[in-house]
Amino acid sequence: MSRAKPEDDEYWNSSKFKAFTFDDDDDEFSRLKESKRAMNSILVVDDDDDDDEEEDGVERVSWSGEPVGSISWSVKETASSIRSGSERSFPKIDTTPSLSKQGSGYSLSSLFKGDLYDTAVRTYAPELRKPKSDGKTENTSLWSAFSLEKFRSLQDKLLLLDEAVAVYDGNLITAVLMYLKKSLSKEILFQELMARDVALRHYVHYLKEMGEQKLLVELMKALGRTEDMALMQYKEHLNIKDEGQRRDFLKSCLGLPFSQDDATHVQDHYTLLERQIIIEASDKKADAEIFKKFPRKASILNMPIITTLYYSCFYHYGESEGTYSSPANIRKTFRISEKQYILTALGARAKLKSWFDVDSLFNTKNWLGYTKKRSPVGFHRVVDILQKNSAPVNVLQEYVNLIDSPELKLSVALKYKCHDIVINTYRDLKDRQELVVYREKLERDSPEYRKIQELLNNVQIRWKN
Amino acid sequence: MAHTEWKDAPGLPDFSLLKRLARDQLIFLLEQLPGKKDLFIDADLMSPLDRIANVTILKQHEVDKLYKVELKPIVSSSDQLCFLIRPRIQTVKWISDLVNADKVAGRFRRYKIIFTPQKFYACETVLEEQGVYGDVTTDEWNFYILPLDDDILSLELPEFFRDNFLEGDQRWVTTAGSALRLLQSVYGSFSKVYGIGRCAKMVYESWRELMEDGEQRTRQPEFAKVFLVDRDVDFVTPLCSQVVYEGLVDDLFRIKCGSVEFGPDVTSSDKSIKVMLNSQDKVFSEIRNEHFSNVFGFLSQKAKNLQTAYDKRRGMDIQQMKAFVADELKGLKQEHRLLSLHIGASESMMKKKTKQDFQELLKTEHSLLEGFEIRECITYIEEHINRQVSMIDSLRLLCLLSITENGLLSKDYRSLKAQYLQSYGIEHLLTFANLRQLGLLEEQQAGETLTVMESKVGKLVNDKTVGKLTDAFSSLAKKSNFRALSKRLALVPKSGEEYDLRVPRDMAYVFSGAYIPLSCKLIEQVLERDGWTGMEEVTRMLNGQEFAVTGGSSSSEARSKTDAQRIVLVMFLGGCTFSEISALRFLGKERGCRFIVVTTAITNSSRLLEALLDNSA
Repeated sequence: MSRAKPEDDEYWNSSKFKAFTFDDDDDEFSRLKESKRAMNSILVVDDDDDDDEEEDGVERVSWSGEPVGSISWSVKETASSIRSGSERSFPKIDTTPSLSKQGSGYSLSSLFKGDLYDTAVRTYAPELRKPKSDGKTENTSLWSAFSLEKFRSLQDKLLLLDEAVAVYDGNLITAVLMYLKKSLSKEILFQELMARDVALRHYVHYLKEMGEQKLLVELMKALGRTEDMALMQYKEHLNIKDEGQRRDFLKSCLGLPFSQDDATHVQDHYTLLERQIIIEASDKKADAEIFKKFPRKASILNMPIITTLYYSCFYHYGESEGTYSSPANIRKTFRISEKQYILTALGARAKLKSWFDVDSLFNTKNWLGYTKKRSPVGFHRVVDILQKNSAPVNVLQEYVNLIDSPELKLSVALKYKCHDIVINTYRDLKDRQELVVYREKLERDSPEYRKIQELLNNVQIRWKN
Repeated sequence: MAHTEWKDAPGLPDFSLLKRLARDQLIFLLEQLPGKKDLFIDADLMSPLDRIANVTILKQHEVDKLYKVELKPIVSSSDQLCFLIRPRIQTVKWISDLVNADKVAGRFRRYKIIFTPQKFYACETVLEEQGVYGDVTTDEWNFYILPLDDDILSLELPEFFRDNFLEGDQRWVTTAGSALRLLQSVYGSFSKVYGIGRCAKMVYESWRELMEDGEQRTRQPEFAKVFLVDRDVDFVTPLCSQVVYEGLVDDLFRIKCGSVEFGPDVTSSDKSIKVMLNSQDKVFSEIRNEHFSNVFGFLSQKAKNLQTAYDKRRGMDIQQMKAFVADELKGLKQEHRLLSLHIGASESMMKKKTKQDFQELLKTEHSLLEGFEIRECITYIEEHINRQVSMIDSLRLLCLLSITENGLLSKDYRSLKAQYLQSYGIEHLLTFANLRQLGLLEEQQAGETLTVMESKVGKLVNDKTVGKLTDAFSSLAKKSNFRALSKRLALVPKSGEEYDLRVPRDMAYVFSGAYIPLSCKLIEQVLERDGWTGMEEVTRMLNGQEFAVTGGSSSSEARSKTDAQRIVLVMFLGGCTFSEISALRFLGKERGCRFIVVTTAITNSSRLLEALLDNSA
């Protein structure tokens, strides 16, 4: 990590992965910040800022951030005028940014005279050239060009379908399928679709969009696609709002022919919601200290397993495994890995600033009775989480010290300003130059500053540079 | 800066014509319903509409009030209701309910639905089934293409991706064909068309069919070549974190229809501001294609220059000051405003990225692309999931892992899926089913060797039904072969090589020199070879479906010297990213040509994956 200043730019711009760092104290970035300050300090001679905003290419915006006069803005205006009950019409705005540029100089009639435009209109939108029409302009479309009812034999129907597939027109394929749905029995239609993947997928999508769940399930069953059928039925739970009904529905899903893995997941889903309902009912009226100190922001219903575990580590830490709401019970029920458990519990306990609990998560006793800290996740991760929960420096230092790799330890210590560790590492590396550089970043006469001072004055250390 | 305009760049056709066409057709349609009327607009049509028309125009054509379609009961006292919507069954059902409610209340109104870009038979049938066909008249507004910038045309159909690739519904194929026909009829025909992908092939066929039906014209063409590419040919590129300025802005702030909303953290005030991001913005146009690391230096320099320019006014006398105000100040002020904005945006992006440990994330992505330290990557992804950080990022990394590794080992797949469901909700097992279907996230099949696949295909080839063949193709499509493709096309530079991002040497710069977008590399190779010859192995790994067709335009020699010969139209079916657009702009500059990107929508990793989520009703 000892990089000398002058090479800095060169290094960061040329190395492949580190070419660009999202690091706050990057040089370019601090230069940018300076530029920003400079920009803000520039005094503009006159103050007609507001008047020429449009010409500057920056759109004028309303209080909500929408460009004034834009369609989206007007729609909001309508909505608010409805709420206030007044019947006022749109604000009159004569020019708007989006139009003033492109529309300048053209009137509708002049548009029609343009040569290129005219040919374009002729081929692309012929109706524009007609005089104002006398009534409906129903287009004659592909499907109305021929009457589907003429196709009565199965062979004709299938020819029709194959023909639609052959011209790649999805709209047409669906149109034919809708006719076949009306004029063929389910069994026959399903059977024919089996050999026609493109048509089948159109049919499935059409049924989904029409919300014909029952027919879809039948179709999947007929096709022998039982796993798809199970998932399709399971998906229905998303439409059920009431948690009790949702739980019962999930229970009814347990017998569906899921793949082995998915069957376990669906079982978990049911168990989870069942537990959540119980926990929610009791916590809603709970008056324990912790609920008063940290009132719940939302209900725990329908939250993921890990969120539920976090909640339980937050509000129900230390409860015995026998209760549904205890972390231990959740951990066991949902087969949560040690690593996942530690990460979640760490987050929750750090949030509460229970450093003692944090400590005991990692403490292990060896056979001699000494406690030692061990973790299934890297200690740099642990530090990360502690820091995000604003742990004090002494707590941070302890965990930074546990990081195995010296390089990683130093970079983490630098990142989170654990001065002691940084200083000791440089001392151990006998790196005088880095110490000097680091001293400059510290406040004069702070204890750390003085510590470096003392080290640099220490004649017994044999510096390598 | 790497991307400022070069001298002999071919001029681009004037696409504002497309806006005028669309606007005039809309006006024509509104005039079909004379008298005052309220207009209901689909939410996702509001921004596109904003780009071509405005309230004044609508009011001139007797639109009284504007509402957003929200599928809720309406409050309107108008006697005429007009609905401007995408052809969706849900919306048509809602309109039918409104009409029927009015009938019950004994209220008489006129109703008109304007479908855009086209009607679907299924929608009209809903009107019929609900007994309101005839009470409601319908029309089509063929607003196929919205020009987002000088070189970007969008169909603004984000649903194209899911409908076509996940659901297998080809309803938008003719739409894409019609968009091409529109371009051809306005700007002239093409000499050569290349493409790859099932959908690309169908779109080409549909386009050809439309041209044969329509009136034939010979015009001096404004493009030389067309390249059609399916999004599923290259899923890796849109799944990578974007690091060129425009891509990064899109990843973090979401550019919508060419405009972005910067919040108070960018504007350093309590207001949000909406800005158009395009070539009109002089500061933006210089940094949009730059790697983010170059942007700071550039903006700082600009700020310094600006300061100097402002400082000139010190010590001026009245006359000089007057001249300064008249000639320079306006330009300076505009630059000042834009510069402040982009500096604010850069600063805010930097903060956001530092917070999410972007560096580590990028390192993992690059390792995956390189196939290096995969175990460490899996551990990183696992911890990402365990910590419940961004649900989309976790999914993105899983998909990248699966595609680059040709699927996950069974035990990894199961364990990662289980942990994902624990962290983000069990209902995501529906999402996993979708991803598996698309081949984005899969379990390696034990014993699924090539011979098995071949016998499967062989069996199906005997069966003459079209459906079965495509079934075979779609199961073949599940092998991504990324590693082999990457080697063959040299997508990932050898590690350890230095890459100077300030002087990009190839398109890899858009991903910090770590990866050349597959989609863009294919385009480069095909244009270079004038076809697919010599790329047989590559196309085989991409599951075939490639084509090259020489266009109908006759006098090819006469045109060879014109600018048009150097303009290439690339159509992305299923969306394209800003990184790809930047890469193509770079390629164009290198090869002395210009690319025009036509896309069904602008996409990025979040949009792509969100389209595949199935975790809510």
